[in-house]
Amino acid sequence: MALIRITSPHVHKPVNTAGIMRLVILATLPGLLAMTFFFGWGTLINIIWASLLAVTFEAICIKARNRPLYFYLKDYSAILTAVLIALALPPFVPWWLTAVAVFVAIVVAKQLYGGIGQNPFNPAMVAYALVLISFPLEMTRWTAPFMLQGDGWNILGFVDTLQLIFGGWSEHADAFTSATPLDVMRHRGGLTTEEAWRASDVLANVGAWHAVSAAYFMGGILLLYKKIFSWHTPAAVLISLGAMSTLFYVISPDTYADPFFHLTVGGTILGAFFIATDPVSSATSNKGKIWFGIGIGVLIFTIRTWGNYPDAVAFSILLMNLAAPFIDQYTQPRTYGHKAPNSGLKGKA
Amino acid sequence: MSKIFAFHGGIHPPENKKQSTRSPIRPAPVPAQLTIPIQQHIGAPAKPCVKTGDYVQKGQLIAKAQGRISVSIHASSSGTVTDISPKAVPHPSGLNAPCISIQTDGKDEWIDHQGLDDYRSVPKQTLIEYIRDHGIAGMGGAGFPTDVKLHLGDDHIVNTLIINAAECEPYITADDMLIRERAEQIVGGIEIINYLLKPTHILIGIEDNKAHAIRVLEDALRHTELNIDIIVVPTKYPSGGEKQLIRLLTGVEVPSGHIPADVGIVCQNIGTAAAINQAVNYGTPLISRIVTVTGGAVSKPQNLEVLIGTPINTLLETARINHDQLSRLVMGGPMMGYTIENDSIPIIKTSNCIIAATAEEMPPAPPAQACIRCGLCEQACPAELLPQQLYWFAKSKEFEKAKHHNLFDCIECGACSYVCPSNIPLVQYYRFAKNEIRAEEAEQRKADQARLRFEARQARLEQDKVDKETRRKERAAQAAAAQAIKKTTLETAQTNPEDQIKQLKTAAAVTRTKLKKALSALEKAKAESSDDIAQLDLQYKQAEHAAEEAQTALEAAEKGALVSAATSNAPDIKQLKTQAAVARTKLKKAQQALKMAEEKGHDGVETLRATVAELETKAANAQQAFADAEASNSSSGAASQSSAMLQEAADKALQTLQKAEAALATAIENNSPAADKMQAGVEKLKSKYTEALSALQDNAKTQQPSIQQATGQQAIERKPIDLKALKQNVSIMRTKLKKAEKLLEATDENSAEASELQQEITRLTQLHQEAKAQLDAEEAIRIKAAAAQGIDLKQLKIDAALARAAATKLQRSIKKEQESEQNNLDALQAELITAQQQADKLTHTLSQFE
Repeated sequence: MALIRITSPHVHKPVNTAGIMRLVILATLPGLLAMTFFFGWGTLINIIWASLLAVTFEAICIKARNRPLYFYLKDYSAILTAVLIALALPPFVPWWLTAVAVFVAIVVAKQLYGGIGQNPFNPAMVAYALVLISFPLEMTRWTAPFMLQGDGWNILGFVDTLQLIFGGWSEHADAFTSATPLDVMRHRGGLTTEEAWRASDVLANVGAWHAVSAAYFMGGILLLYKKIFSWHTPAAVLISLGAMSTLFYVISPDTYADPFFHLTVGGTILGAFFIATDPVSSATSNKGKIWFGIGIGVLIFTIRTWGNYPDAVAFSILLMNLAAPFIDQYTQPRTYGHKAPNSGLKGKA
Repeated sequence: MSKIFAFHGGIHPPENKKQSTRSPIRPAPVPAQLTIPIQQHIGAPAKPCVKTGDYVQKGQLIAKAQGRISVSIHASSSGTVTDISPKAVPHPSGLNAPCISIQTDGKDEWIDHQGLDDYRSVPKQTLIEYIRDHGIAGMGGAGFPTDVKLHLGDDHIVNTLIINAAECEPYITADDMLIRERAEQIVGGIEIINYLLKPTHILIGIEDNKAHAIRVLEDALRHTELNIDIIVVPTKYPSGGEKQLIRLLTGVEVPSGHIPADVGIVCQNIGTAAAINQAVNYGTPLISRIVTVTGGAVSKPQNLEVLIGTPINTLLETARINHDQLSRLVMGGPMMGYTIENDSIPIIKTSNCIIAATAEEMPPAPPAQACIRCGLCEQACPAELLPQQLYWFAKSKEFEKAKHHNLFDCIECGACSYVCPSNIPLVQYYRFAKNEIRAEEAEQRKADQARLRFEARQARLEQDKVDKETRRKERAAQAAAAQAIKKTTLETAQTNPEDQIKQLKTAAAVTRTKLKKALSALEKAKAESSDDIAQLDLQYKQAEHAAEEAQTALEAAEKGALVSAATSNAPDIKQLKTQAAVARTKLKKAQQALKMAEEKGHDGVETLRATVAELETKAANAQQAFADAEASNSSSGAASQSSAMLQEAADKALQTLQKAEAALATAIENNSPAADKMQAGVEKLKSKYTEALSALQDNAKTQQPSIQQATGQQAIERKPIDLKALKQNVSIMRTKLKKAEKLLEATDENSAEASELQQEITRLTQLHQEAKAQLDAEEAIRIKAAAAQGIDLKQLKIDAALARAAATKLQRSIKKEQESEQNNLDALQAELITAQQQADKLTHTLSQFE
């Protein structure tokens, strides 16, 4: 009888990494739908294009590193990274910008560090930050939620969008470009928030952004329900950002945007649920995740309000990625039967 | 209903329990061959008390418990012992262990047995012994001897008795079926445990997936007067883990590194309770147990009452095994059980389940993917650890960090491995890390012991060497004293050139030996690439120099003996003086080297220390030899000489005193912590000075008559100077010297104080030696006087010294004997007393002449 010899446990929960990644990708669907509904085909085209590039770059790297190709490709992690990059980029960025971003994410930020599980920074955010700094013009070409205007689908159809992305920028498209609400709020000159709200037609259309955030929120709740991540990080991000903005809004409503604006505009919800929760680059313990999230929330508000960039989710997450190993040292949970948690590098032996 | 206190983590694997609860418990057939391991429990293996060929009856004792933590083993059926030898046993290691094999005769014939009529009438200790003799060990899985848990010391007061019926592992239903069918046995067992432990309350923890068993248990408990609470806990693995169940039922956590009894809780498996009942009330030893035989590869999964020692294949056949489908054979549950590769392995007291799994049921684990730190393991860990961090630490062998993350609180329940989406065998990593750490610690302990042994031996050898050297020095001193007598009795102011040459020869030989030692030390140091090679090199060169000098001196003396009429021995004295000075310098250097080495905490410190001690005696010797020579040279002018010496001593004492006072003043100014000590030192020095002055005065008083007498005869009969005072003087000087040295060690070596102290030490050393020389001179005179009376004072002294040495030696050997706890202590003690008496007598006689 050929019996195998294996140590316990002998049963395994039917979960795997690929399944988790697929579920996260699935959870971005409401957000994608909302983006497409308000901003046209651009995001969808970018997702497909970025995914193709991501798989290609991943495959090349895995081959170059002499690893089993299929074994690593099938974990869907590259595609998830591509999806997150495409969702974060403005809908009509040129094709080469997406390619640069995906290259940086997959090759530089992930594979050069040793592949899946080894990257200290979130690859999508490294890529986003890099293209944001390198190509500020292209990265600010957001559009107004033009789909809301009459026969939106005819204004910029699927083919037009393809031409715009792969053919090059046309004068025709300039008609649709617009600043984001965060841009408007940041660069409103001497206006008070009240005046800005009245003066800007971008802010008048802020409802589209709220709707997109709501869609991402739904996806995030699905993942929470499925226990893909714990509530600690997103809750800490949102609560700290909310508290921070409420505090300043109460002090001076004319100078600072209201908390609802901060929470629902820009990348806050996408970042809190889909990017800050990236387990590889975040803190480990529940306690650590709370500190990690608080750091992100505070940094988002700080950079948005006093920094040079209108949105700050990518920078905040990268900065906290940097702090995660440190947070881990001081946030061990209290083990069963111990009076207090250990902390620090070694502590009492 | 009591409150339930949830524990962190836990998982919900598929239960797979229904399959084996459809049919009642059936007895398994008696196999043709029983294989009974002599160790089925935690602790010492039982000792077989039958031999091959013996006929044994069912229930007969075949192996007896050995030591405190152990239980007895009994024959499960009647038959003949065929073999006592190592066989394959159920153990994760797959190793063989000694087993008693019994060829059954099919009669299944019981030995006479009966329970206790009323266990309440026997002393508790007897009852506990009874349980131990009936082979009861924990039946939940670990197999801890039950009597030990029932026999707690007075320092453990049991508040809560917990009966563990959680049975949280999937597949296993042995406890479930036991409750359903034999609840009254369980209640009987609980009553016995209650009688022994007297807990304030009793809780039965059971998972909510055993509704039938809960009902039966509730019914059974109506007939007991005990206040027992059944606490139904949610089905979640590992709620049956002892620590987890305790938390669930009481909210108390067992502190890390402690046992439940430390917090007033005792946990017993429900099967153990039934076994206790059977043993105490019916006299039935633990020879059978209920085993769940289940898994996809058996077509009739069920619970069987199995005789201990029955091979697993018997059970598999009973449950209709399908060999083609069998891919994995697990003993225990799927979470913590272990695979067995051989189906002839026997069932033992702790075997609660056999899973004959198909490949679909328990597929081979897919290759592990990279950890993405998803944290699912952390959410599942019932010990509230960070499994993924532990995994990274184990993988990179950062064991210190793993320990810091409480690796040893891991209960290896497997929940983390179960949930890991990357299929990482986490538990294996923890087992690996734990074993590595344990091995490392054992290695460290061993190394420490070896080092201690080595150091002790080294110290002993050094001590022997020093003792030998001291004895040799004593003899040499006596010889020198004898020499002095000879010289004085000859009444010539000459030194016998032959003797002198002899002395110089010895000196040359000694320096040569020293040279060799220094060389070997140097080589050793080089071989060990030690830090103080330079120091040793210097020492070696000095020793070489000394050897050359001694050799030259010897040669010169030999020549001089041939040529000169040796009317004057002044040059010899000079040479001796130089020798003494050289020896002192060497000593100082060695002391410095020692200090440096001590500061560095270097390994060679012991050797250096010994060298310093040696050099110290040597320096003293040289000084003594010099003093002897001088004394004998000027025996006629001894009185004036000693007066001059005393004058000198007084002067020096005064100087020392002044310097010390100055040093003290500085120390007080600087608020030095050594100031107090120095103050005391100054006081001592003051008294010393006064003493020296008074000695001088005394001497001056006695000088007049002694000079008169000396003109008449030799100085032999002059009025003796108080020898005791001189001796005291010497010893005081020595103490002072030592104190100053200690003080120096205590002070910062770079401070001005230190250098001042260093100077003072040098001065004190001289003073001490001078005082000693004076004493020696006096003694020499006395010896002569004694010789004139016809008593061999020298012999007497040697005898006394020998007697003392013998006594000391005996004392030491007695100490050794005491340490090694041997029996000839009394004899040695008696010998010691005789030796001491002898020594006392001789010392007394000697003191009459001194």
